[in-house]
Amino acid sequence: MAGLELLSDQGYRVDGRRAGELRKIQARMGVFAQADGSAYIEQGNTKALAVVYGPHEIRGSRARALPDRALVNCQYSSATFSTGERKRRPHGDRKSCEMGLQLRQTFEAAILTQLHPRSQIDIYVLQADGGTYAACVNAATLAVLDAGIPMRDFVCACSAGFVDGTALADLSHVEEAAGGPQLALALLPASGQIALLEMDARLHEDHLERVLEAAAQAARDVHTLLDRVVRQHVREASILLGD
Amino acid sequence: MAMEMRLPVARKPLSERLGRDTKKHLVVPGDTITTDTGFMRGHGTYMGEEKLIASVAGSVERVNKLICVKALKTRYIGEVGDIVVGRITEVQQKRWKVETNSRLDSVLLLSSMNLPGGELRRRSAEDELAMRGFLQEGDLISAEVQAVFSDGAVSLHTRSLKYGKLGQGVLVQVSPSLVKRQKTHFHDLPCGASVILGNNGFIWIYPTPEHKEEEAGGFIANLEVISRLRNCIISLVTQRMMLYDTSILYCYEASLPHQIKDILKPEIMEEIVMETRQRLLEQEG
Repeated sequence: MAGLELLSDQGYRVDGRRAGELRKIQARMGVFAQADGSAYIEQGNTKALAVVYGPHEIRGSRARALPDRALVNCQYSSATFSTGERKRRPHGDRKSCEMGLQLRQTFEAAILTQLHPRSQIDIYVLQADGGTYAACVNAATLAVLDAGIPMRDFVCACSAGFVDGTALADLSHVEEAAGGPQLALALLPASGQIALLEMDARLHEDHLERVLEAAAQAARDVHTLLDRVVRQHVREASILLGD
Repeated sequence: MAMEMRLPVARKPLSERLGRDTKKHLVVPGDTITTDTGFMRGHGTYMGEEKLIASVAGSVERVNKLICVKALKTRYIGEVGDIVVGRITEVQQKRWKVETNSRLDSVLLLSSMNLPGGELRRRSAEDELAMRGFLQEGDLISAEVQAVFSDGAVSLHTRSLKYGKLGQGVLVQVSPSLVKRQKTHFHDLPCGASVILGNNGFIWIYPTPEHKEEEAGGFIANLEVISRLRNCIISLVTQRMMLYDTSILYCYEASLPHQIKDILKPEIMEEIVMETRQRLLEQEG
């Protein structure tokens, strides 16, 4: 096999990062004026755009209304040009539905839904280069904050893998495609509570602790970055509005 | 056909150019506001493990023992006496459902609407059947908030001649937090147009009624004024300035040297809003 080493002897990965290093993250809030909340995030080459509408009155079937809580609706859609090979169906296929359900589960845990009748969150992925779930969750967190919807805490997500006895944080597409175990973790940093944990591969339970810890640490690092972005945004808006 | 192309350019954030900082205490969700249990918790906070934690990103406001966090941008929260501009979404049995950019649709009861001719009587079954003749889905109305229900829904009324269905004009939707609370929200600007600043963020610009020569003529004559006003309002909102009659008027006057379509270009927008800010500061100080 033309050995594509995921982890070199000196401890460097394919893109030159160390085992626990994250890819470069850049984020912006308030990209769309017409939506209630919106955010754009770039994690390495993965770019995700999230848009939030709500809370608003339930459209369509009023029977779905919950009398005491809001209804969170997530839709994941990835552009046809987002992966290496052009995708035929941007949304409605199995993977998108599953991703939408996972996002919904994550955000129902974080948003204080008792305060409103209904919210709707739509998430859109522009380019997928590994770690799409994590980028989506991070973008959605920023968008929900931008919309002013009350949340318990940030929701920060990161993926992790396991190669040659070392846990790697924030996998890129190359590392995901190599076929090793991958874990996606969504965390509420202040309390350390896990909103969602997903893994679909075989991993020996002795290693689970380490991989989980690597993902949690990476999610906390993401939180530091997102926190800075939000504070900057709030500060700027506050200055413009005046005292 | 003339085409214009623009390349992306990194612009310095406006807050740097203003050169001032904010004295407010800014928080993000998950931040502990205080561990003192003597405070009452207001909007935007929740209690977790003996601590008061913020749930939205915004500034902390303290009124005696009440702490609340005011978010940067929220949907409209109704208060009695507010003027709102809304769009009819549904015609139900004895009421209309009005969309007012709030968490739940607002309600306009049939009994809260004046009958033609100003008669005062109980609404009958014929009135119910004739509801669609008054207001249909898609119509725009101006109304005042009569009451707020326990779940936050708002009840409107149009029991005055100045409220009711809106005719020809332009609607601009902005965030409710940018509309300044004033004594009156109906303004006749000297440039020939009138504006209704709805507290819910819906702003209606229309030609001032006296200037109308005939039904259709008035609108066409003032179209430029109205378009310019709309672009000015959008530029004020993009630069996060509070909207009230004086700021809109100053912005309109500052934009006169430019063409209407140029007002929305980022550099010109900044220039116009800067000038407006300065004039407002001079006027205050």
